[in-house]
Amino acid sequence: MDTAAAAASSPETDTRREAIRVEDLHKSFGNLEVLKGVDLTAHQGDVVAIIGGSGSGKSTMLRCINFLETPSSGKIVIGGEEVVMRGDGSPANQKQIERIRTKLAMVFQQFNLWTHRTLLENVIEVPVHVLKVPKAEAIARAHELLNRVGLGGKEDTYPAYLSGGQQQRAAIARALAVDPSAMLFDEPTSALDPELVGEVLTVIRDLAAEGRTMLLVTHEMKFAREVANHVVYLYQGRIEEQGPPAEVFGNPQSDRLKQFLSSVA
Amino acid sequence: MTGLFELLGLGASAELLSLSGWGGNLLRGLANSLQIAFGAFGLGLVIGLFGAYGKLYGGKVTRDLLAIYTTVIRAVPELVLILILYYVGSDIINKISEAMGGGRVEINGVAAGIWVLGVVQGAYATEVLRGAIKAVPVGQIEAAKSYGMPAFMIMRRVTIPAMMSFAVPGLANLWLIATKDTALLAVVGFNELTLETRQAASSTRAYFTFFLAAGFLYLMVTLCSGAVFARVEKWARRGQPSLKGGAR
Ligand SMILES: Nc1ncnc2c1ncn2[C@@H]1O[C@H](COP(=O)(O)OP(=O)(O)OP(=O)(O)O)[C@@H](O)[C@H]1O
Ligand SMILES: [Mg+2]
Repeated sequence: MDTAAAAASSPETDTRREAIRVEDLHKSFGNLEVLKGVDLTAHQGDVVAIIGGSGSGKSTMLRCINFLETPSSGKIVIGGEEVVMRGDGSPANQKQIERIRTKLAMVFQQFNLWTHRTLLENVIEVPVHVLKVPKAEAIARAHELLNRVGLGGKEDTYPAYLSGGQQQRAAIARALAVDPSAMLFDEPTSALDPELVGEVLTVIRDLAAEGRTMLLVTHEMKFAREVANHVVYLYQGRIEEQGPPAEVFGNPQSDRLKQFLSSVA
Repeated sequence: MTGLFELLGLGASAELLSLSGWGGNLLRGLANSLQIAFGAFGLGLVIGLFGAYGKLYGGKVTRDLLAIYTTVIRAVPELVLILILYYVGSDIINKISEAMGGGRVEINGVAAGIWVLGVVQGAYATEVLRGAIKAVPVGQIEAAKSYGMPAFMIMRRVTIPAMMSFAVPGLANLWLIATKDTALLAVVGFNELTLETRQAASSTRAYFTFFLAAGFLYLMVTLCSGAVFARVEKWARRGQPSLKGGAR
């Protein structure tokens, strides 16, 4: 194949490489169609905030991206690699999806730390057992990461003995430990007491500032406006409106978005 | 004083229970019982783990077969099951042996006991473990999946350790049942503790002495098991604040 032609047509011409691309994503639970054709592209370094009412399909979309939920149809491309899907949307190659998942670190609303493991063990679990990083190296890195999220000294504590905010910060350290090419946040602060939200947002803000690629489902509009460079408004399984935060929040076009923004303000 | 001693026959008992005499037989019976209980419990655990996973994630046929297995085993009295499994088992082995041109095979008592009780234990263990696996918060398994862990690693690194705290009390019960069920093997003539006791008692007519001694041995087994399982449970519950102290 002609390399010059390949180079010309490759997305390298866009200075930022594509991290996540979703095309015409559909997802139904039985008869309930939750996603009705979603298209979304995130480039490296993008912080995409996904907003929308309860039940609009935000979590489902995020979970389809790493196949925690099986899409009904559509196309998902991670770091230029398309996930091979069977006719029913399930990944055709389990090894491929497992490999891709290690690049997409997910942070859950309910933290989902492994309760029978200490914070340190939680953070080194995936590097050591999935990525086969030497244990000593993983431990050194885990100490760094836990320090970074303000949990230095809590290495040997079990998750249940920590506050929600601390658990979520530990979950973020666990996510960073796999050195992800993109991070998926599903309402990371919704399960937290109001006074604990700030400490988690501070960590996420920090990550955004260092150029991490992230998809962030959130109800914190102020925060979305501040950290995101792209905002997607989802309404009943479709992207109703999207654009830079200043546009979406400052000058909403659709009535639905206007109504939504006034309802959460 | 001496009179009372004589009356209870304790002097005679001590002699009867001496290790070189019937007492030694009792201890050998206990060793056999424990060996079988151990093996059966282990076999039951293995069957139970496969059974639980099969019931939870298996296809329709697997699930149906397992449902039949656990229902039948748990419905039929253990004594009857032991007779059926023992005679069916030895019959099958002999048929196979004859078909291959061999003669009748002497069935190893320990192996037979383990197989028979293990199959029974497996049915109960299947249910204990199934319940425990279902009690593991789905989020923990999802987290493992979302970080690219393959299915077997999730089972080994997440599901099994996380379900332990739910499973240990049920498994402790199963273990105690296993130690006691070994007594049922007396009906197929296996030299476990109960049969040894009966033989000793009927040969010497010292029923009271020997059955009291056997009862004491069973009690000791239970007490030691209790202590071991308490430690296992403590370990399995690591990371979970205690119910007593955690009431905030
Ligand atoms: N496993 C499931 N089975 C059936 N229906 C589901 C399932 N998961 C989600 N749904 C439905 O899909 C719709 C979208 O759910 P989703 O969780 O994606 O919404 P969301 O936008 O994340 O809402 P929220 O802000 O409340 O988290 C809802 O109507 C929900 O009831
Ligand atoms: Mg949601």
